[in-house]
Amino acid sequence: MHQENNKAGYNFLPSKDILTSFSFILPALIIFAVFYIYPFFETFNLAMRDWDGISFERPFIGFLNFKDLIHDKIWWQSVWHAFYITLFALTFQNALAFCLALACDREIRAKNFYRLVFFIPPVLSEVVVGFVWKWILEGGAQNGQYFGLLNHWLASIGLNSLVTDWLSNPKTALTVIAVVHSWKGFGWGFVMFLAGLQVIDHELYEAARVDGADAWKTFWNVTVPMMLPVILVVLILTILGSMQAFVLVLSMTRGGPGFHTEVPVTRILWSMVTTQQYGYACALGVTFGLILIALSAALKKIEKRMTRI
Amino acid sequence: MIKNLFAGLLPAVFAALILISGCSGSAKDQSAITVWHWMVDRHEVFVELAKQYYEETGILVDFQLFAPSDIYSQKITAAAQARILPDIFGVLDVRSIFAKFIKNGFILNLNDSFNENNEEWKKSFFEKALAVNVFEESNHYGVEPGIYAVPLDVTTEMMVYNKAVLQDLGVQAPPATFEEFLTLAEKIRAEGITPLVSGWSELWLIDCFASNYAFNIMGQDKVMATFRGEVPYTDPDWIKLFGIFQLLAQKNIIDQGIVTKSNKFAEQDFALGRAAFAFNGSWGVNVYHDMNPNITYGVMPPPAISKEYPFLVWGGAGSSFVINRGTPNKDKAIAFLKWLTQKEQQQFLAEKTKNLPANRYALADLPSELYEFSKGMENSTHPTIWPAEEDLLVKEKFTKGLQSIIIGEKEPEEVAREVQEIKERQMQRAKNRR
Amino acid sequence: MVNKYILLRNLKSTGIHAFLLLVAATCLFPLFWMFRSSLMTQDTVFTDQSLIPSTLHLNNYLKAWTEGQFGMYLFNSIIYTIIVVGGIVLIASWAAYAFSRLRFPGRRFFYVLFIMAMMIPLPGSFVPLTVLMTKIGFINAPYPVVRQLGYILCMINVGLSLSIVLLKTFFDQMPPDFEDAARIDGCNKMGIWRHVALPLAKPAIAVVIIFNALNVWNEYILAMLLLNDIPGKHTIMPLQRGVMVFANAHNVEYPLLMAGLTIAAVPIIIIYLFFQKYISRDWRQGPLKDNLLLEE
Repeated sequence: MHQENNKAGYNFLPSKDILTSFSFILPALIIFAVFYIYPFFETFNLAMRDWDGISFERPFIGFLNFKDLIHDKIWWQSVWHAFYITLFALTFQNALAFCLALACDREIRAKNFYRLVFFIPPVLSEVVVGFVWKWILEGGAQNGQYFGLLNHWLASIGLNSLVTDWLSNPKTALTVIAVVHSWKGFGWGFVMFLAGLQVIDHELYEAARVDGADAWKTFWNVTVPMMLPVILVVLILTILGSMQAFVLVLSMTRGGPGFHTEVPVTRILWSMVTTQQYGYACALGVTFGLILIALSAALKKIEKRMTRI
Repeated sequence: MIKNLFAGLLPAVFAALILISGCSGSAKDQSAITVWHWMVDRHEVFVELAKQYYEETGILVDFQLFAPSDIYSQKITAAAQARILPDIFGVLDVRSIFAKFIKNGFILNLNDSFNENNEEWKKSFFEKALAVNVFEESNHYGVEPGIYAVPLDVTTEMMVYNKAVLQDLGVQAPPATFEEFLTLAEKIRAEGITPLVSGWSELWLIDCFASNYAFNIMGQDKVMATFRGEVPYTDPDWIKLFGIFQLLAQKNIIDQGIVTKSNKFAEQDFALGRAAFAFNGSWGVNVYHDMNPNITYGVMPPPAISKEYPFLVWGGAGSSFVINRGTPNKDKAIAFLKWLTQKEQQQFLAEKTKNLPANRYALADLPSELYEFSKGMENSTHPTIWPAEEDLLVKEKFTKGLQSIIIGEKEPEEVAREVQEIKERQMQRAKNRR
Repeated sequence: MVNKYILLRNLKSTGIHAFLLLVAATCLFPLFWMFRSSLMTQDTVFTDQSLIPSTLHLNNYLKAWTEGQFGMYLFNSIIYTIIVVGGIVLIASWAAYAFSRLRFPGRRFFYVLFIMAMMIPLPGSFVPLTVLMTKIGFINAPYPVVRQLGYILCMINVGLSLSIVLLKTFFDQMPPDFEDAARIDGCNKMGIWRHVALPLAKPAIAVVIIFNALNVWNEYILAMLLLNDIPGKHTIMPLQRGVMVFANAHNVEYPLLMAGLTIAAVPIIIIYLFFQKYISRDWRQGPLKDNLLLEE
């Protein structure tokens, strides 16, 4: 077996070598070609049509749908909401995940317990998460007794002025969604950061200590650079997960009050289902895809700059 | 280990490829009737009935359930495009979408079947239950006249009131006018109870409530004229309608939370006595009973605000089945639906699911509350029988605008202006399209 | 080791523990609430405010199991999860290894293609996808296995891009010495992938497995869209369909729903428990070197 490998390894023509290399990505490429290329072009095709989703007639209207969406204030508002949720997740969710991972990386008791528990929110179905948080955030009251746990606690520690209907108050609704989304997602960051931390060579810390670096310096000069690839992966995961989040919105507010918690994917869904503008929905989808691609290209640039340092 | 996996995977992929090339057409079991539906709560009973049908006729009927209904709608739309609709299915969207399904040849016209034997099948239904599935001569959708769907049950949307709460306040009869309702509601609020609850995160429910009052304030003709674009939403009557929601919110009769409440949570609030009134459909009878068997409540239409026009609630077919025009199993499907809507089967369905049956002879032993709901049918209307339909984008803006008024973010005039803006844009578009 | 995190040690371990416990409590609460509700009855679930219900209705689980036909669904979901995740790990690790380590024309182009594929939101392509799956012959195939295969391939596709990106990032970090050593020992590309890259990437593969297992396990939208049962044959629907039935009934039976959700959550927690230990295993010492030596 190894004999053969040896022979093959040395006698390969360059073109054959390329072929073997190429065969590694072939299965992925086939699946990709079958499942992405047709739907992608079809989506783009439909984006140029005035179509309701049912009729045989699909009149071609060029870029009219795209022209419409440029003036669609609600659409851009929903894009901003997605950015807001993403920014919130990028900062708070990942900071929390990183802190927890740092805390758990030490030789502490019940480490495995935490590692299990922090992963519960990602495992739970959105149905449970929606129910539980709606119960916590409910704004109703009877005889001055608040039904919602949060309002109940706020009232019991004397902060009655903060009591509100968290999901129906336009000032708080989106932030609340972002908080719940971050709560549901931080377990991922935690697991990944912890994995990253544990593969850092301990000798590096030793070396830093010998050089007389304090904890802060060690953190910035050893931990962060070593963690950079993991951090970038977590950032990509967070951005993708947050920009495309919508199940939570559906189960908690359905985009309300008004349009205050609409996100791009709910807008696409409503355009398809409730207002029957399938072509327009496809145009929204294509535009949103382009926004995300631009975003990740920017991220890639930042990555390059960071790794150069 | 990996090699083994690989060895297992390859033949599977090849087998798939062979099968793919071999069977691109539909290869349905011709002896079975396939039904797609979204009615989670009725699935068990459907399956039971199908079993009974199999015993009687030897024909297999397969009920396939797809939930939640948002996804079901998507599935039907996608399946229509892929030409893989089942023998029998349901269209649960608005009438204009139903009409599009018909116009593009996805749904069979059942006119002849309903009318044969001296209209025997047709006559077995409540007129209003069937009406929603009828397209009249020269209807504005341009659909060939006929009856296109078989109604299974009937629903009405009404108001329910908690009798115990009202009695505690010394009130014996429910309020008859809007003024009385307001005074009573303020008293209820003073007691620390929410006066009115509903699931107004679901846009159709808030639209239903609004449309009830729109009919009451300006009459059906003016509402239809608005839909056709002849009356603007900035008309004083419409402002008055928007004002109702502002009044309800400002007087604290509805909680701010109503705009993000799903109807399930609203039903829970009423069943647990946290709210004195609820605006809900007749299926609520079943839900309330299940959540709190001890609750005693009455059913009433929402209190009228004006005497000029009659107060009409929404009532009509709750859910209907249609037959795929392209199916080879047409006759079998029709025979099955006829059987399904016969008296015995309808009674069985009504008893098990506590829904009002569509068959007029099947009014079985219904709970008294459900009977009260059924009385709403006498003064009812339904969007599916209106001569005009509002553009769906305008409707979205309208209902979302109502939410904005409730949370105190916008004034009625502001919302009216915004809705009218979209309305004019959409009308311009429709004109350009033609 | 001693001064690994002086920064954090200064905060005192009690402070850390308090923080950890607080976060842990918020994570455990929904699980506890779910479990608690699953042991009550429909009318006490709303009214009983006590933390632990006075009477425990364990038969809710039995009822959920039988009424929801959970046995068959569970079986289907396990099959889907194993095959989809296995397929993704295999295909994605090949591709990621090639993108990271091998040289061939179009390498960057194809990688960018995969990254871009992640960005397109799914709902926009419901109709094209259904049409495509019908044309290929998956959706209405006469054999349940073929219908299932269509769904499986679709789910592999859904998880593929992200998995490739994840794995490539880890392969990029892999020290080249091992590979060189293997090459000198006479391994070809497949051999290096098999004996060097895969064992080294165990933590990343564990992440990919957990991530995709969760995705497949909780997926219901594509299942509803693409799967149709064949009359008279056993169901091919996944577990989430059973859960959806409880969750979307007009009158939700909360105890049954919660029991169903608990049943649905247990296997995925087990998967996590099993694979998370690989995420943390320090691959610089131990099994890797032995492994390499043994194979040679």
